[in-house]
Amino acid sequence: MKLNALVAAMAITLAAAASAQVANTGAVKIGFITDMSSLYADIDGPAGGEMIKWAVADFGGKVLGRPIEVLTADHQNKADVASSKAREWMDKDNLAMLVGGTSSGTALAMAKVAAEKKRPFISIGAGSARLTNEDCTAYTVHYAYDTVALAKVAGSALVKAGNKNWFFLTADYAFGYSLEGDASAVVKANGGTVAGAVRHPLNASDFSSFLLQAQSSKAQILGLANAGGDFTNAMKAAKEFGINKTMKIAGLLVFINDVHSLGLANTEGLQLADSWYWNQDDASRAFAKRFFDKYKRQPSSLQAADYSAATTYLKAVQAAGTTDGDKVMETLKATPSNDFYTKGKIRADGRMIHDMYLFEVKSAKESTGPWDYYKLVSKVPGDQAFTTVADSKCSLLKK
Amino acid sequence: MTKAAKLIRVTYLGLLILALIAPMLGLYPVFVMKLLCFALFACAFNLLLGFTGLLSFGHAAFFGSAAYVTGWLIKSQHFTPELGLLAGALASGLIGLVVGAVAIRRQGIYFAMITLAIAQMVYFVCLQVPFTGGEDGLQGVPRGALFGLISLESDTAMYYLVVAIFVASFLAITRIVSSPFGQVLKMIRENEPRAISLGYQVDRYKLLAFVLSAALAGLAGSLKTLVMGFATLSDVHWSMSGEVILMTLLGGVGTFFGPAFGAGIVIALQNMLADKVGSWVTVIIGVIFVLCVLAFRKGIVGELQAYLRRRQR
Amino acid sequence: MEIFGIPHQAFLGQLLLGLVNGAFYAMLSLGLAVIFGLLDIVNFAHGALYMLGAFAAWIMLDKFGVNYWFALILAPLVVGVLGVVIERVFLKRLYGLDPLYGLLLTFGLSLIFEGIFRELFGVSGQSYPVPELLSGATNLGFMVLPNYRAWVVVVSLVVCIGTWYLIERTRLGAYLRAGTENAKLVQAFGVNVPLMVMLTYGAGAGLAALAGVLAAPIIQVNPLMGSNLIIVVFAVVVIGGMGSIMGSILTGLGLGIIEGLTRVFYPEASSIVVFVIMVIVLMIRPAGLFGKEA
Repeated sequence: MKLNALVAAMAITLAAAASAQVANTGAVKIGFITDMSSLYADIDGPAGGEMIKWAVADFGGKVLGRPIEVLTADHQNKADVASSKAREWMDKDNLAMLVGGTSSGTALAMAKVAAEKKRPFISIGAGSARLTNEDCTAYTVHYAYDTVALAKVAGSALVKAGNKNWFFLTADYAFGYSLEGDASAVVKANGGTVAGAVRHPLNASDFSSFLLQAQSSKAQILGLANAGGDFTNAMKAAKEFGINKTMKIAGLLVFINDVHSLGLANTEGLQLADSWYWNQDDASRAFAKRFFDKYKRQPSSLQAADYSAATTYLKAVQAAGTTDGDKVMETLKATPSNDFYTKGKIRADGRMIHDMYLFEVKSAKESTGPWDYYKLVSKVPGDQAFTTVADSKCSLLKK
Repeated sequence: MTKAAKLIRVTYLGLLILALIAPMLGLYPVFVMKLLCFALFACAFNLLLGFTGLLSFGHAAFFGSAAYVTGWLIKSQHFTPELGLLAGALASGLIGLVVGAVAIRRQGIYFAMITLAIAQMVYFVCLQVPFTGGEDGLQGVPRGALFGLISLESDTAMYYLVVAIFVASFLAITRIVSSPFGQVLKMIRENEPRAISLGYQVDRYKLLAFVLSAALAGLAGSLKTLVMGFATLSDVHWSMSGEVILMTLLGGVGTFFGPAFGAGIVIALQNMLADKVGSWVTVIIGVIFVLCVLAFRKGIVGELQAYLRRRQR
Repeated sequence: MEIFGIPHQAFLGQLLLGLVNGAFYAMLSLGLAVIFGLLDIVNFAHGALYMLGAFAAWIMLDKFGVNYWFALILAPLVVGVLGVVIERVFLKRLYGLDPLYGLLLTFGLSLIFEGIFRELFGVSGQSYPVPELLSGATNLGFMVLPNYRAWVVVVSLVVCIGTWYLIERTRLGAYLRAGTENAKLVQAFGVNVPLMVMLTYGAGAGLAALAGVLAAPIIQVNPLMGSNLIIVVFAVVVIGGMGSIMGSILTGLGLGIIEGLTRVFYPEASSIVVFVIMVIVLMIRPAGLFGKEA
């Protein structure tokens, strides 16, 4: 026992001495942990890290007179790798801020670490609305999108356009249920009906039988409450069986990379919600051109958000005059942001409230070339798109 | 005491001291804790592969389900950490009993495929049942206070608990292997028909070994949940089963310390590669697998032992 | 008319779709069974080879403009040659060792293939169009069946029965079967066993690749498509018992149909139904439905 106490005391003094030394001097370190190698590497991945570096370079490479350094790591979709890397950077490198990439499991784990160490954590690629709802922390910012917003945007805009009767094809786990649940609540609230739903297992090899069930429901619109490989395979099968001719299809979590890999032949007419599209205005096109020149593809909304988030953070540090987590968070939440990606404001729970869009995928005839994929159907203001203050369980909103 | 035995003893003592003072040497405690959890997992796995000769391709099922059980009990049912750990190990032992009872009906390759298939089933169950949180995982598990007295929130306190549990489990495994029971297991590994003809009820021994291995693997998973504060799907995914095989193979199948050593290398590699090679991680792991199977099947510790033995002669 | 509360027609439709999936199971488990029979190796890389087949077809079309029909022949050949190389370079060194090492080695190989293809082509996958001639669908009265799916069933049945005939009814097949029983003796009779083993692995790899090419127009071609499937195929093999060629074909088709029906009656369980059946079969017949007691 004595030995333990001694050891503990020594360790704490050492750690304290070490951290006191590096604080407020040396480089301001920004960390970026995302999936660089597995399921979600295309929509964010290494290019997302590069966007943060661009943001830093465009900012001048320095803030408060200190150089800025960007650390990146691949969490391989494993929450334990993500959280231990985050912890290590915060303890050993005195990381000032962490950007979290794709996959909700890793983001929730990193948010806990960041809160414990009192560092700002900006989550971009993760979809789970839990980050700013029941699992919200004072240090989390959820910047780009969440599943609630996607479901609400797609649901409300489509019902208003007259697509009243829905059927859902849902991935059979928590993520799928929440997408389906949020979307059907919105559909019903706007006067629509839900004819039914069929649950498919994760990574299902074949969707034809599920789609036949959807077709026999005679609903007008098929909501795909799934993502990634399940989404692409469902779309392919829908085209093969001609479902896209009899029903309108809405993807509840779709990125432009999914549309690109499927091709317009398979996706024509698909309705989807997203936070940004590269061709939406001049400023976005300028950013996209720069991206295209390097990667020979157009950026996803997440990659644009990576750039925007890093810039927003650096501006907040500049304004606050410090990298101290609490003060920077205060500044972040007090300052509306206005750039090519977002014109929005970070709410007390950390949710970035900005406009969301419903797009329709063009037909091959309408498209002028590769990556000219979307046409805007409608724009949904941020306060209608995201979880409302009344619905939220986050304690930070209840004052 | 022979020279070799002395050497081994000194090595273990050195490692123990190293483990005790590691936080003071600037080794990152959370990293070492994670490493020890996986080391325990690999040792538990080795009890089955190395000392009984059964290759399970589904050990992630035990590791992961225990991680979920412990996480849920501590977070939602407010169990104390020690009870949570115990319950996790018990639960995975029970699952091990069921899986083992089915799997030991076939040998060798079939055994491996059956464990893999059943583990895949466990994965789907973990994905679908509500309390695991699906893709988000079970997050925010508090460490709590040991026996309700000693808070584990500080990394140092947690660290010494992990070291203590690892050392105790490691000693338990060596004890099991050198006991008469362990000798029978070895005989089954070397020559099963012979063991049957000597009147041993081979299936019972295999099943017991399977359950013990599952329970210890579960303990490792539970401990990991406690250290990291979450349990996620990657803990039950079959690639985790592959990883533990790699750890054991790399360190040395059937050696006492090899699996722990292999776990150390794999975890350190993952951690180092995380910010360097990006998507090549899978390829590198695959190459190590192939090299191990082709070039040094005894593993690092196994080859080292063989070398020492040759030199003594 | 209804069966179990489902309209008769929809029921037939689902049955047919199940058969399509069963055709893939049958082709893959057939290849596994042939390789296991002669080499005593459980080919974990089978899923990766299936993926390679699909990618080979996609690369041929996208980069070289080689159409589906040529890819159907070329892709299995290319992957088959790769299989021969794998056998010569790696597997050859493992004969006589515990078969578990073969499982581990092929597991490592599949990680390598998957990793490389992820790096090269990303994970979103690539889309392969249905060939012109087979696009469109036929109204069968009880359902509208895409022509391509019908083609898949026909091709795989032809291939499966062809393989069965080759192994059970020809002289070459007799050598193969004798080789699985006692390789040394067959060698003594002047048959070049190492050559036979090499070609067998190549043929097994080619079969997996053929399944991959067939699947390419139906599902997204992506680096992980094989690893998702291989575990189910393992379960199929355990249920069938790797004892006979016909056994693995029938088991594959049967399980595809059962899985298809589960998708209608209890979709939540469709991912585990094969594993549940595996457990039940093991309780009743540990050697599998068509296996011989070892």
